Amino acid sequence: MELKDLIKPENLVYGKSRLLEEEIMHYCPGCSHGVVHKILAELIEEMGLQEKTIGIAPVGCAVFAYNYIDIDWQEAAHGRAPAVATGISRLMPDKFVFSYQGDGDLASIGTAEIMHACNRGENILVIFINNGIYGMTGGQMAPTTLEGMVTATTPTGRDVARNGYPLKITNLIAQLPGTSYVTRQAVHTAASARKCKRSIKKAIQNVLDKKGTSFVEVVSTCSSGWKMTPVASNKWMEENMIAYYPLGDLKDSVKGENVLEN
Amino acid sequence: MGEIRLMKGNEVLGEAAIRCGCDGYFGYPITPQSEVMETLMQRAPWNETGMVVLQAESEVASINMVYGAAGTGKKAMTSSSSPGISLMAEGISYIAGAELPCLIINVQRGGPGLGTIQPSQADYFQAVKGGGHGDYKLIVLAPASVQEMNDFVDLAFNLAFKYRNPAMILTDGALGQMMEKVELADQKPRWTDEEIKKISGDWATTGKPTSRKKNVITSLEMDSNVMEAKNRRFQEKYKLIEKQETRYELIQCDDAEYILVAFGTSARVCQKSVEIARAKGLKVGLLRPITLFPFPNAVIKELAHKAKGFLSVEMSAGQMIEDIKLAVYEAGSNARVNYFGRMGGIIPTPGEVVDALENKFYGS
Ligand SMILES: Cc1ncc(C[n+]2csc(CCOP(=O)(O)OP(=O)(O)O)c2C)c(N)n1
Ligand code: SF4
Repeated sequence: MELKDLIKPENLVYGKSRLLEEEIMHYCPGCSHGVVHKILAELIEEMGLQEKTIGIAPVGCAVFAYNYIDIDWQEAAHGRAPAVATGISRLMPDKFVFSYQGDGDLASIGTAEIMHACNRGENILVIFINNGIYGMTGGQMAPTTLEGMVTATTPTGRDVARNGYPLKITNLIAQLPGTSYVTRQAVHTAASARKCKRSIKKAIQNVLDKKGTSFVEVVSTCSSGWKMTPVASNKWMEENMIAYYPLGDLKDSVKGENVLEN
Repeated sequence: MGEIRLMKGNEVLGEAAIRCGCDGYFGYPITPQSEVMETLMQRAPWNETGMVVLQAESEVASINMVYGAAGTGKKAMTSSSSPGISLMAEGISYIAGAELPCLIINVQRGGPGLGTIQPSQADYFQAVKGGGHGDYKLIVLAPASVQEMNDFVDLAFNLAFKYRNPAMILTDGALGQMMEKVELADQKPRWTDEEIKKISGDWATTGKPTSRKKNVITSLEMDSNVMEAKNRRFQEKYKLIEKQETRYELIQCDDAEYILVAFGTSARVCQKSVEIARAKGLKVGLLRPITLFPFPNAVIKELAHKAKGFLSVEMSAGQMIEDIKLAVYEAGSNARVNYFGRMGGIIPTPGEVVDALENKFYGS
């Protein structure tokens, strides 16, 4: 049998989402951003949401997310994506609006916006990429940087006496009655990526069902910022990041219920 | 004739927003403009026109909600007073950089810092020279009556959409708190989705149908050459706005030897000053800029060839005077340009202005 006889639609076992653009991604090898983009593109396509979706790109390495997924996008100022998403979603309540943010964006400069959007129960999906560092600006300390972790602004490691503690913002968000589904996932293995996809799908469905804010943290790698190979990053993430930020659902309820777990 | 009422300037701003078919207001309380949002909340326009009114967690959030809302091609607005507008600076710059239409209202109070809650015009530079970072301009309208507070809401939205540029109403606590007779406009319906598609279908982010390319709203550009070309295009747009949208009022300037230049509340004071001066036999007129950007340079240049001098009357330390000087310099005129003003929330009296005029121009 010749190769051309094999390449047929009925033999297809895996294809790139139609919504993923033919652009070369600027992400470093081993970076989690690209995998999460792929999952989002697949879900928006599979759930037939292209016409309904507006994505908010952050300031951070994912600022160019709008180059990679074929949907309408608005690019927000650093940390303000939840406010931008609020403006869009309030004026077009039947659309699917999501914000996509890094840990500096969401848990440092944009803490007020994320807390209040979640507290109002804005009908949006939040994707929170927690890689424990500021990737885009060259690897400075993030609020989520682990104790002792070396970054460009903590050259001898994060000292909690000086810099405070790594912030588990997702745990705070899970306490807000405005949120319905709050989960922490990862994409560093095929199995975890598949699980993450199932979680994001559920989160999207919640938004479509107008259940309030759904929040998906993805514990992520930043191989460049961490100064590790992609393989070493995955290992380090599993042993250190996930140890501090354990994976799993933090809250699964309906809007208005205040579930204090984890 | 529209409905006639006796209303506060701030209340009128809210009422006019509903009646002009505004889709969304996002704001945060601050004196002396809190009545704008209070009026809106009391009127509950979501029941009537479908307009959304939301109290945000801060001015930073309000302006970014406006940025998002404006991205949908709908009419979005916010209002605040001086310290709140400073907080919005980054967001306003993003809106200008992404070329989105929206309305921002600044009911000014005295500064710097927390300053006073009394009226001021000390945010002139902030409003007309940019305010946030980068080369951009707002279209700035300066009402001088409660009626103009009403009329300029609709006008500001029209200009904002015509040029895809944020527009600002720059007013102050006196006009915001003052009650006057106002003729309200009739209720206009909000734009339908079809109308929005016609007006802004090629840029608004409303969800991508297969029939068009994706719309991306961003102010980011990594290639400096492309960014410079964009900057040049912006400058062309601002020039066009200067050419087409300059608005001002001239009061008794035909035979005037000396001309008061004042906007908003100071212009109201100066109307009286002109009367007092004229009664004294002094040939004094008033130029009232209605648009602060675009600034009425051309008419100042014209007047500079006839008049002996200009007095910039401001509720600030002398900001607009710089623009007057520039116009007079460009006219190649020897007309003198002086300043009189009060600060810190104090409104000059008509008599004080006449005294200043006599001192500075007529000698003692
Ligand atoms: C107001 C403002 N402050 C600072 C910056 C600089 N800045 C750009 S991205 C960034 C941090 C991004 O880190 P994170 O959100 O963790 O995203 P990552 O790049 O790691 O994906 C900073 C501080 C900015 N663009 N705007
Ligand atoms: S710097 Fe880090 S977050 Fe940014 S693309 Fe590279 S690996 Fe990803």
